[in-house]
This record gives sequence, C-alpha cells and structure tokens, in this order.
Amino acid sequence: MIKTLSNCIREYRKPTIRTMAFIMLEAVIEAIIPFVTADLVNQVNAGAAMAEIGKTGLLLLGMALISLCCGGAAGFTSAKASAGFAKNLRHDIFEKIQTFSFRNIDQFSTASLVTRLTTDVNNVQMAYMMLIRIAIRAPLLMLFSIIMAFVMGGTLAFSFVIVVPILGLGLWLIHKYAMPAFRRVFKRYDRLNESIEENVRGMRVVKGFSREEYEKQRFHNAADSIRKDFTKAERIVACNGPLMTICMNFNMVFILTVGSRLIISSQGTRIDVGQISAMLTYGTQVLMQLMMLSMIFVMLTMSMESIHRIIEVLHATPTISNPKKPVTAVADGSIHFDGVRFRYAETSQRFALEQIDLEIRSGMTVGILGGTGSSKSTLVQLIPRLYDVSEGSVSVGGVDVRRYDLDTLRNAVAMVLQKNQLFSGTIKDNLRWGNPDATDDELIEACKLAQAHEFVMSFPNGYDTYIEQGGSNVSGGQKQRLCIARALLKKPKILILDDSTSAVDTKTDALIRAGFARYIPETTKIIIAQRVASVEHADLILVMDNGKIAASGTHAELLRHSPVYREIYEQQTLNG
Amino acid sequence: MPPKSRFAGKALHPAQSIKRLIKTLFRYYPKLMTLVIVCILFSALVSAIPALFVQSITADITAWTQTGDWDAAKAVIFPKIGVLIALYVLNLIALTVYQQLMAYITQGFLCRLRCEMFSGMQNLPISYFDTHKHGDIMSHYTNDIDTLRQLISQAIPSLIQAGSIVLFVFAIMIYFSVWLTLIVLVGVAFMFVLSGKIGGGSAKYFLRAQETVAKTEGYIQEVMNGQKVVKVFSREQPCQAEFDALNEQHFEAVYIANGRANALGPIIMNIGNILYVLIAMFGGMLMLSGLPNVGLAGLPFGVDILVPFLNMTKQFTGNVNQISQQINSVVMAIAGAERIFTLMDTEPETDEGYVTLVNVHVNEDGSLTETTELTKHWAWKHPHTADGSITYTSLKGDVRLTEVDFAYEKGKTVLHDVSVFAKPGQKVAFVGATGAGKTTITNLINRFYDIEDGKIRYDGININKIKKSDLRRSLGIVLQETNLFSGTVMENIRYGRLEATDAECEQAAKLAGADDFIRRLPDGYQTQLSNNGANLSQGQRQLIAIARAAVADPPVMILDEATSAIDTHTEAIVQKGMDALMKGRTVFVIAHRLSTVKNSDVIMVLDHGRIIERGSHQELIDQQGTYYQLYTGAFELE
Repeated sequence: MIKTLSNCIREYRKPTIRTMAFIMLEAVIEAIIPFVTADLVNQVNAGAAMAEIGKTGLLLLGMALISLCCGGAAGFTSAKASAGFAKNLRHDIFEKIQTFSFRNIDQFSTASLVTRLTTDVNNVQMAYMMLIRIAIRAPLLMLFSIIMAFVMGGTLAFSFVIVVPILGLGLWLIHKYAMPAFRRVFKRYDRLNESIEENVRGMRVVKGFSREEYEKQRFHNAADSIRKDFTKAERIVACNGPLMTICMNFNMVFILTVGSRLIISSQGTRIDVGQISAMLTYGTQVLMQLMMLSMIFVMLTMSMESIHRIIEVLHATPTISNPKKPVTAVADGSIHFDGVRFRYAETSQRFALEQIDLEIRSGMTVGILGGTGSSKSTLVQLIPRLYDVSEGSVSVGGVDVRRYDLDTLRNAVAMVLQKNQLFSGTIKDNLRWGNPDATDDELIEACKLAQAHEFVMSFPNGYDTYIEQGGSNVSGGQKQRLCIARALLKKPKILILDDSTSAVDTKTDALIRAGFARYIPETTKIIIAQRVASVEHADLILVMDNGKIAASGTHAELLRHSPVYREIYEQQTLNG
Repeated sequence: MPPKSRFAGKALHPAQSIKRLIKTLFRYYPKLMTLVIVCILFSALVSAIPALFVQSITADITAWTQTGDWDAAKAVIFPKIGVLIALYVLNLIALTVYQQLMAYITQGFLCRLRCEMFSGMQNLPISYFDTHKHGDIMSHYTNDIDTLRQLISQAIPSLIQAGSIVLFVFAIMIYFSVWLTLIVLVGVAFMFVLSGKIGGGSAKYFLRAQETVAKTEGYIQEVMNGQKVVKVFSREQPCQAEFDALNEQHFEAVYIANGRANALGPIIMNIGNILYVLIAMFGGMLMLSGLPNVGLAGLPFGVDILVPFLNMTKQFTGNVNQISQQINSVVMAIAGAERIFTLMDTEPETDEGYVTLVNVHVNEDGSLTETTELTKHWAWKHPHTADGSITYTSLKGDVRLTEVDFAYEKGKTVLHDVSVFAKPGQKVAFVGATGAGKTTITNLINRFYDIEDGKIRYDGININKIKKSDLRRSLGIVLQETNLFSGTVMENIRYGRLEATDAECEQAAKLAGADDFIRRLPDGYQTQLSNNGANLSQGQRQLIAIARAAVADPPVMILDEATSAIDTHTEAIVQKGMDALMKGRTVFVIAHRLSTVKNSDVIMVLDHGRIIERGSHQELIDQQGTYYQLYTGAFELE
C-alpha cells in the first residue's frame, strides 16, 4: 500500500527530501536557540565584556536567520511536494480508470470515482503535507527539548515525567471519543446535504404540491438533530485547550517551586536563573510538539479511509487488455457468435446471455427487439469487446475479437450507446471524437446522414454552437442524432445503434435508416429498438427474451412464426 | 460559451459582510456571545498577569540566592506561587467555559443559518432554480458553510484572544521598560507588513485555486459520467491529455497558495526569534551602560526585568503569529458569507393572493357553508374588500387563459396571445416542437411564473387573487422528469396529501398501477428510497409519481408525458396509470404519444409561442395543416 502511494511521489521526491532537510535544520536550530539564549542571559548577568556578549548575540541572530530561511523555504517545498504528489495521484488514478473495461466501470459507481479523484486525493495531499512538515519536526524538537531540558535543568526536567504522560493520555482519550462521534456526524451531514440536493432538484414538485412549509419543518428537525450531535463531538474536542493549559501551568508551577528551592538552597551552584528561563521555554516546546503529533495522528487516521479508496482503484486490474501480438486490421463487417454464454460477474448464478449462435454477413442490417432485461445491449456490447464472453467466442471479420488490437477493433465497430453523452465543447469538438482529422465537409456529410445538419444550421452559431455539460441545451432527439453522426465519422465497418433513435420521430428515423441503406451499404448495421417500425425492413430481426434469441427472421417470417413478435407488433400499431 | 464559474473574484463588500456576520452571530446568541467575549478577555488578562509574578519570583530567587536560606525564602515565594496557581485556575475556568460555549454556539449558529437559508430557498421563485446551477446552490450549503465554521469556531476566538493578549502584554512591557518595548514595536510592525504581503497574497491565490479546482472537478465529473462513451470511441489518450493540462493548472494554483500560507508561520516566528535576540542584546547593553530605564514600574535594569521581558517578547510575537495565521480563513469566510447572504437576500416569491380553498358543506338549497371538517367538498372563499362580504365558489376545475402574453426576460416575449378554455373534465393537449412553449403554458397556470399580459381564471377567479399554496393544491402535476425524495415508498406517495391514510395511499397506488410492483419490493410500501429512487426503474419511478398525484386528488391535472424510452410493457402500464389519473379531471397534457393526443377534447398545436392550430383530432387531420404533418411523422413530437 505504501509502495503504491510512494510510487506517485516521483519527480517530487526532491522537494520532499528538501522539505525534510530544511525542517530538520530549522528544528535543530530552534531547539538550540533557548540554550544559547540562556548563555547570553548569564553572560549579561555575570557582567561579561561587551565583546563576548556581542559574539553570542550574533551567533543567535545568525541562527534565527537560518531558521527563518529554512522555515520559509520548507513552506514552499512542502507545498510543492504535496501538491505535486496529489497531481501525480490524480494522474495515476485517471490513467488507471482509462484502462478500465466496462466491467470495471460497473464495479465502481461514477460518483465514487469522482469522490476518489477529488475529496480523497485532497485528504491525502493535506496529510502528506502535514506528514513531511510535522512528522519530522515534532518528534525531533521534542527529543531535543527533552534532552536539553535534562542537560540544563537537571532535576527540574522531571516535571516532564509527570506532565507528558498526562497530556498523552488526555489527548488519546479525546481522540478516542471524538473520532467516532465525528465519523457519525459527517455521515449524517452528508445525508442532510443529499436531502437539500433533492429539494433543489425537485423544487417543481415541492412547489407544485405546496410542500414548502412541510419541507422546512423536516429540514429544521434534521438540521437540529445534527446540531446536537455535532455540538457533542465539538465539545469533546474543545477539551484540548484546557488540557494543554493545565499541563503548561503545572509545568510552570513545578519549575518555579522546585527551581527556586534548588537555586536558593544551593546558593546558585546547582542551577541558576537563566536556566529557569530556558526550562520554561523547553517545557512549552515539548508540550506543543506533543499536541502537534496528536494532530497529525488524527489527520492520518482521517485520511486512512481515503487512502484505502484510492488504492482500491489503483490496484484494480483491468479485465480487458490488449493481446500480445494483436491483429491490426479488420477484414470486413461480418460477425459470428459461436456458442456464446455470458454473465456479468463470475459469481452470479444467472447467465445474461445463453446459447447465442449467430452469423451476420458483412453489410447486413440486423434489428433487435425485446423487453427490458432481455440482454439486447449485452449482446451487442460483446462485438466491440466491451465485455469478454464467459464461454464461446465472438468473431469480427473472421477473427476472434480477443485477438484484435483494441483501438483497431473499436475504430472498426462504432457503437452509439443507449445512455449516451455529449461533452462540453462545440458541436464540432464533439463530432471529432469520431475522427479527430475529419474535415468540415466530412462533418457535414455525417450530420446530413444522421439528419442532424438541418437543426445544427438552425442554431445561430451552427457547428460552433457550444454544447453545455451533459448536452443540456439540445433536445433528446437532437442529442441522439448528433451521437449517431459522431459514430458515423469513424467510417466503421460495423455500426451499432443501441436504442439510439427513441426520441427521434418516426419520419426522421425512417430517413436515417434509408440514408444508411443508400450511403453506407457495405457497413454492417445493428439496430436495437423499441419500435417495430425501426427494424421492420431489416434483413434479419432478432427477438430477445431472457438472455436468449427467442426468434429470428425477417418481418414477414416473424409475423407468421413468432407469437411474441406478433404481440409487440399489434400492441404498437394499436397504440400508434 | 462555457458557463462562468461562480468563484470569479473575491468578496465585493468585505466590510459589510463581516459586519453582518457578526451582527447575526450576536442576534442569535446575544447573551452567550457576550459571555464568551468576557471569558476570552478575562482569560487573556489572567494569562498575561502571571508574567509579572514570574518576574517577581525570579527577582526573589536572585535576592535570596546569596543567603541560601530556603526556609526564609519560602515564606516569601510560596504565597506568590499560590496567587499564581489561583490565577491559573481562574484562567482555566474561563478558558473551559468559552471553548465549550463556542462549540455550542458554532453549531447552533450554523444550524440556524442553514435553516434560514433553506427556508429562504423554499420561498424563492422557480425562476431562481431555472437560472442557477444546482451545483452552485448546493455549494452554499457545503463549502460556504464550512468556511464559516472555520471562521466562527477558530478564527474569531483566536483573533479576539490573540489581539487582547497582544494589548495586555504590550501594557506590561511598557510597565517594565519603554526602550525595549520600542524595539519590539518596530519588529512587530515589520511582521504585520510581511504577513499582509504573504498572507493576503496567499488568500488571493486560494480564491484563484478554487476556480481551477472547480474546473478540474467539473471535467472529472463529466468524463467519469461518460467513461463508457470514452471507451467506445477509444478516446482514452486525448482525455488523459486534456485532464493532465487541467491537473497541471490545478497543481500550480494549489502549490503557490499553500506555499505562501506555509511560509508565513515560520517567517513570522523567526522574526520573533530575531526580536528575542535583539532584546537580549540591547537589554544586556543597557544593563552594562547603566542607562536609566524608563518604565512605569520605575525598576532599574537587571536580570529580573530582562528574563520576564524576553518571555513576554515570545508571547507577544507568538500571538501576532496567531493573528496572521487566521488571515486566510477570514478572507475565505468573508467570500463565503457574501455568497450565503446573496442567497438569503434574493427576492422571495411574492403572494398577494387572498382567495383561499376551504372545506364546505353543500346545503339543500345548493348554498355553501364553510366548515373545518373534511367534507370532500371544496370551495374558493373569496372575501370582497369593497363591502366586506364573503362569497363561496364551488371548486370545479374550470381554467381559462385569455390572450396571455409571457416573457422570461423583459422584451423577449415567448408566448403570444394564448387563449385556452378548459371546462371541468376536459382534456387539453399541447403539441409542438421543443421550445414551442408547451411547458411554459403549464408553468403559468400554477404560477411558477407570472404572465405579462392577459388573464388566467380558475373557476372564474383571477388566479392572481388566489393564494399560491391553495392554487397549487388544486392543481396536480406529474412532471416528465420524476423526482422522488429519500424516505419510504409510502412517504413518497403521501407527499401528495400529507393527511392521507395508508389505505388511501395504497388505493392511489392501485389506481396508478403501481401497487403490483411496490408489493414485490423487499419491504413493500416501507421500502426505503434514496438517491431519487435509484433502486427503481424509470417506469416504476413514474408510477410512484402518478400515485403521488392521484392521492392529492385535485380537480385539475398538469401532465408532462415522459419521452424517454421505457420498454413497451412498462410503458403500457404507465399509460394506463396516466389514463386512470386523467379520468374525471380537467387535464392539461404535454403530449408525446399520439394515443394521448387522439383522446383529447381539444388539441393545441404550438409553434414559437403561438397557438397555430386548435381543434379535435379529427378536425385537425381534416385541416391537413401542421398537426397533420406531425401526426404523419414529419416533425418530432417533443
């Protein structure tokens, strides 16, 4: 786990090491300063010559200056190291996700991937910064201070023996009770925010039913119960300050009481006033550093969950990767399913596809019908190898899809997904996903074929119209047609439309299909649809039911032989 | 154009925002906040005094060292230590009290602020939600509130405490020695200049970093959502390159902001160290030179002054450092507070309506008597200001729009001269292309938006006179996009009418055709829904939304049929549910299905905000106009 993470430090190893070096130097100097200061005080006290005092003073000044430079520089190097580490982490996670197969993507939800790339990485970044700044400084300073205190203060330093364990125990107790309380609160807090989001999203429903007062009341109750829990947790943490103060005060009183006795009864031979002043400084130092240590302890435990979530992504193995000696050309658009069975998880009982044997010649138009959950989409997703078969094989152009270079295969097999998406950018930018080098004429040609050209031209900015995130400024039917155009730009050997014209009217739908037949006759076309009208004229229609091909044939054949097909057909003609 | 980020720039009115914030804090907790401040000041005071005692004790020690008589010294020193302990205890009490109180106040304040924000938000007009990104509204509740939490729980107490300690210590330092104090002052002035330069700068960078962070996170959101599309188009590398570019910007911004914030602490602290040395040296020189000391105490220079003075210097600079550390969170919180106040100050939806919906008894002569019982008979209670009389009009569901014009923005009229008459029980279908104005019309009937010109009457009453909540109670809606809320299925159905019994909710579900699948859910009607009913299919969610409208049982329904693909079987069930819901009501339906359209009493064909054709299905077909073309599939029914 640590190795996976430390791999991401890479070019930021240098600033990391620099940070540690600077911090160490700073800590050493900071620890020595009171020691030299005590010397200075004593020299002054003893009435030493000005030259001698000046020397010590200059030494001190020099040390403070070095410490200043080190501290300032460490501030920047540590920021660079941690921000850089986070950058590399994000890069690696993103890169890893790009290698994910559909199966991997299904495993992690979109929201969880986003959280990992944002909140989780930020947590780790903060923890890393704290770690390299304080994890070295605090123990080092503490150790120095304790040693120095014993060297200088002798018996006085025994106050630490009493105070440090008390503070340690106190801090430990506070964390022990506060942490679970905070975890609980944060979970509820997340839920509260979720319900706010529901309200923002569903405001038309809230207002439509005049539920404003009801929602307010509900929110007040939820917010108030969170306030109670949150207050409880915060009050535990608020014990930190008094605890620290008690320890510091005890230290002070102890040193003054015991110190004054030691000095006076030994007539200043065992320790002197300068030492008392140094002891007070060291005392504060030790306790402060202990506090710091407990802080990074909290930070680390808090970020532990984030680290686990990140590692989970980084350690996931992509279920599909390029073969050793890949085939880099697809001969034609023929497709062959041979005894295919498929299930989404190896542990699942049920096969999503069973007994699939299918022969599709290059250039054919194939229609697929079937209810929700009949595995229509699953069937076609095997062709561009978005999933691997569990048994049997799928071949394209006479070659098993598993032997192709993935890019080669997916460039030859264009697929318009059911849950499709445009990205923020101009229409041109979006279309060029299909082919980055496409000329403007090619874009227009593809759009004409997808019946999109006309409405694109009706926008004030035409092909330079900016598509908002998620394609919210085009209608459903327009979005679908742009997605089809985008796929056409690949000039694929096989074109798969997974319910891609559901929001397009019947006439446009027919025009698109007629265009396909006329302009890309050699491309194999597979069309999944809800409407019989969309597949009626296909060379082959498959009726899927429960993961199996229940019937296949042309429209006329199916009307005669398949009761399921007939039922769908009749229902739709009745409704229409 | 890409949407503008909400993080553009810093707070516009920092002084007003911080003033209002503190005012609000005192308005919520006038007594407790005063107590807190008293405690903080008291604690600062008593934590500064001990320095005096330490000075005095060190002086005693020096004085008694020569004698070596501990017993005699003890009699002098111990009482002083006793006072010291007493001060410590007092400080501890004050400290504990205010820190505990602060924990209580912070959460209480945030809770009330959240509630005020939420209540304010509930009262905002729909146009607010149409014109603001949901993510931005959300971030007021998350990010902006978090910056305030930081400010109130840490920055404010710390600023008050550090500030007052600085003042106390300063006073004591003058008491001891004016010369040395002057040196400290020069050093501190230098510190302030530096922390303003570095700290203020880092705050600016933090605000800038927020912008790049928002951009990067937006990109992540988008690509993760479309990851499957990325795979299908083999776009992994270009996406990675685009992400890396954003990632690099993100890094730069965060690095500089954090770097400045990190460097500030050590720099200030070491200037403190340098000051410490300077004081020690000058003090030493002063002592040797025998220059007369100027100080309120009038003490001559000696170790007994120098040692505590050095300690005070540490304390002084330490607290200045603490003040400078808070600059960032103060700047961020002010920006956050300003955004929150902007939300809270947004003009709420106004409601000047005075006609209300009441339960009535229908008397034998047909007149109506108001009652508090649930009679199933409703009437509009219409008080007339002119003569003080009250008339009751039976709720029937007669809705008339007469020559209505409407504009979302002044000058850009989107609906022109729209007249629609719907008699009780009639079904009116709106048909037309995207942007033709179908949804807009329905938004006017329930007054999500107000008309520019013309009239809308409900049962003969101008809807502007009807109280909005009562108007909306008399109108049911089923939207195209289903929104369910976290809670059980039963609670979601009951949302339509809060006083509905379980049996009534189940009855409504049966009517909608949802009862079947709900009973098959793991916990039936008690199944918890979360995340907008993510565990249900789209069709099932629609069925629940239909049941929700059915339980409200309003005389008028507004239906927006879903366009999205659901399989034929479910669609048939949803269709049946919709049909059942429409029966016996006045219905305005934005139709996407020809079957719905065909069964309507009247069809309105809309184009660019105008009704271009109206009539029954058969009439319109005979006209061979736009509707005919729509029907035969030449246009999209959206």
